[in-house]
Amino acid sequence: MVVRALRDEGVKYIYGYPGGALLHVYDALFQQEDVQHVLVRHEQAATHMADAYARATGKAGVALVTSGPGATNAITGIATAYMDSIPMVVITGQVMSYLIGEDAFQETDMLGISRPIVKHNFSVTRAEDIPEIIKKAFHIAESGRPGPVVVDIPKDMTAPTERFPYEYPKSVKLRSYSPVTKGHSGQIKKAVDMLLGAKRPIIYSGGGIIMGDASAELIELAQLLNFPVTNTLMGLGGYPGTDRQFVGMLGMHGSYEANMTMHHSDLVLAIGARFDDRVTNATDKFCPTARIVHVDIDPASISKTIQADVPIVGPAKVVLEEMIQLVKASKKQPDAEAIASWWKQIDEWRSRHGGHYRTDDSELMKPQQVIEMLSKVTNGDAYVCSDVGQHQMFAAQYYKFNKPNRWINSGGLGTMGFGFPAAMGVKMNFPNEEVVCVTGEGSIQMNIQELSTCSQYNIPVKIICLNNQSLGMVRQWQDMNYEARHSHSYMDSLPDFKKLVEAYGHVGMKVEKYSDLENAMREAFAMKDRLVFMDIMVDPFEHVYPMQVPRGAMRDMWLSKTERT
Amino acid sequence: MRHIISVLMENEPGALSRVVGLFSQRNFNIESLTVAPTEDATLSRLTVTTIGDDRVIEQITKQLNKLIDVVKVVDLTEGEHIERELMMIKLKASGQMRAEIKRTADIFRGQIIDVTPTTYTVQMIGSSEKLDAFITSLGAASIMEVVRSGVSGIARGEKVLSL
Repeated sequence: MVVRALRDEGVKYIYGYPGGALLHVYDALFQQEDVQHVLVRHEQAATHMADAYARATGKAGVALVTSGPGATNAITGIATAYMDSIPMVVITGQVMSYLIGEDAFQETDMLGISRPIVKHNFSVTRAEDIPEIIKKAFHIAESGRPGPVVVDIPKDMTAPTERFPYEYPKSVKLRSYSPVTKGHSGQIKKAVDMLLGAKRPIIYSGGGIIMGDASAELIELAQLLNFPVTNTLMGLGGYPGTDRQFVGMLGMHGSYEANMTMHHSDLVLAIGARFDDRVTNATDKFCPTARIVHVDIDPASISKTIQADVPIVGPAKVVLEEMIQLVKASKKQPDAEAIASWWKQIDEWRSRHGGHYRTDDSELMKPQQVIEMLSKVTNGDAYVCSDVGQHQMFAAQYYKFNKPNRWINSGGLGTMGFGFPAAMGVKMNFPNEEVVCVTGEGSIQMNIQELSTCSQYNIPVKIICLNNQSLGMVRQWQDMNYEARHSHSYMDSLPDFKKLVEAYGHVGMKVEKYSDLENAMREAFAMKDRLVFMDIMVDPFEHVYPMQVPRGAMRDMWLSKTERT
Repeated sequence: MRHIISVLMENEPGALSRVVGLFSQRNFNIESLTVAPTEDATLSRLTVTTIGDDRVIEQITKQLNKLIDVVKVVDLTEGEHIERELMMIKLKASGQMRAEIKRTADIFRGQIIDVTPTTYTVQMIGSSEKLDAFITSLGAASIMEVVRSGVSGIARGEKVLSL
């Protein structure tokens, strides 16, 4: 029934790992061809693959893991999806229902363990409920503010000897759950009035634009108004990275111009973003002169950390459409003169820093150069799946994303080991697209076993490893705040990655000189049907800048090792 | 400020743990908590008293509303309401104290519901404040055990919390 329900939901791939509690389900999988199962090497990778599929498509990904350690191994992946509001259905095996609570072999209380990191979870107590529960799981995962849903199924609920009438519901209704489908018109009117009256506005948009499929509407509104746009880490690609109105990412490692524009604005239109601590810096010093319009599908996100002047609860796409209509119909026009002088100021900020970095003081390659080359070689069109650390920030800053759903990273939880399985999940579903994993020698080793999965299913992702021989972000903080005491941030016994990937049957490359980079990269991307691991040696002393000064305002930043605002 | 929040939720296993878990997960405070099924067997009514400023209370009600099992949430302290709590208190009662306790209980309109030669158990119903006041007024009497039900609340007038 589980497999049939997944098929009827239209699921093509599921990612998982078998075990005792799931033997009946795996037997059912074996006897059909509609739902294809991908065997990972660690359950965490299964959840990241399902998660990345969801990030690339907006539809819930599915992972299947057994009870006990299978389920607990999936926890990091579930938490990753939860923090970034990613729709996912995780089916966990459970011991026989009559053994629950007896500390049976491979028993863990998955409902209890997963409760704080899921949108909802279900336990199956009657086998005949399985189709409806699975339908509900997808409905909850994908609607409203998306999130992961766990379905815990005791082994006896899947026993093939028991037969039940099967019907997969077309839709489900829950009396206690009805996400909003439309924003409050009065509030939207008020917001549009404020937009048209603004002199120093900025649009601050986040992952809600990506998951809410509202990129086109965002672009239309921003261009209609000629307002600057900044994206959060999760929102990159929501507005084209190469467009003049884009001022870059904001926040801790945001661009100088984005943070300055935010700080000095008189109106912030926040859409599908949640004023996260890595965005706002100290909340009491946040945008002192700005009024805030906050559009979000989740009422609890509004006024959680920053009080909104005009709260609008609704889906980004629908609210933006309504705003566009109102702006077009309005007799009032944006204050062109004020906006022009605002742009003059922004362009000044842009020319002051503009993401510059030094390349002249050493022979070593700069990580920024590698990302810029990657952006060039892939025309800014690749799916870039990132791990967590300095390389993630460099990728966010220097890869110019022009399309939504192409920047895939663990923003909220910051899960090292996410990038590689994520790239695998995307590549399997988009075999004709370029899919890159940007990683470091630290992160990649957290899920490196998946090289084996890639051999088995021939998943030809490209791995760009910015190898600085240290846990760069930890080291950067130690440099800045701990008088360069590098406590455990070295990686002094690294494997020979080239040999390692070759042992799995893939292609390895090591690049040490910038002059070799472009050719090597082009060569790697020319190998369409091979996984290529590029071990790229970069300057181990490089820091990510700008970097906001802790507990400061948006505008308080380090711009380089010696320069401060 | 102290708030009384009433929650109508699905009467299902695990629903209570979601509510309680939410409070600890998000660092909200619980002063008291009661829960029991309603006249509709599929629904439970939960009352929680909590302390926090407006921003915290707003987050509590919003986060509660987000739980899939939660059907409705109301902050009773926003309007006219009645709150009641039940207390059973066991006291050492011998000699002069027997009469003294009886008198005090009468003043507070409490009832003595269990008696032994050396103890009284007093039942008292009222607002938490009144129960606190009773405990204070007992003064020298020695308290052996206190059981309180936690606060239940209901809105005054026509207002109801239902589907």
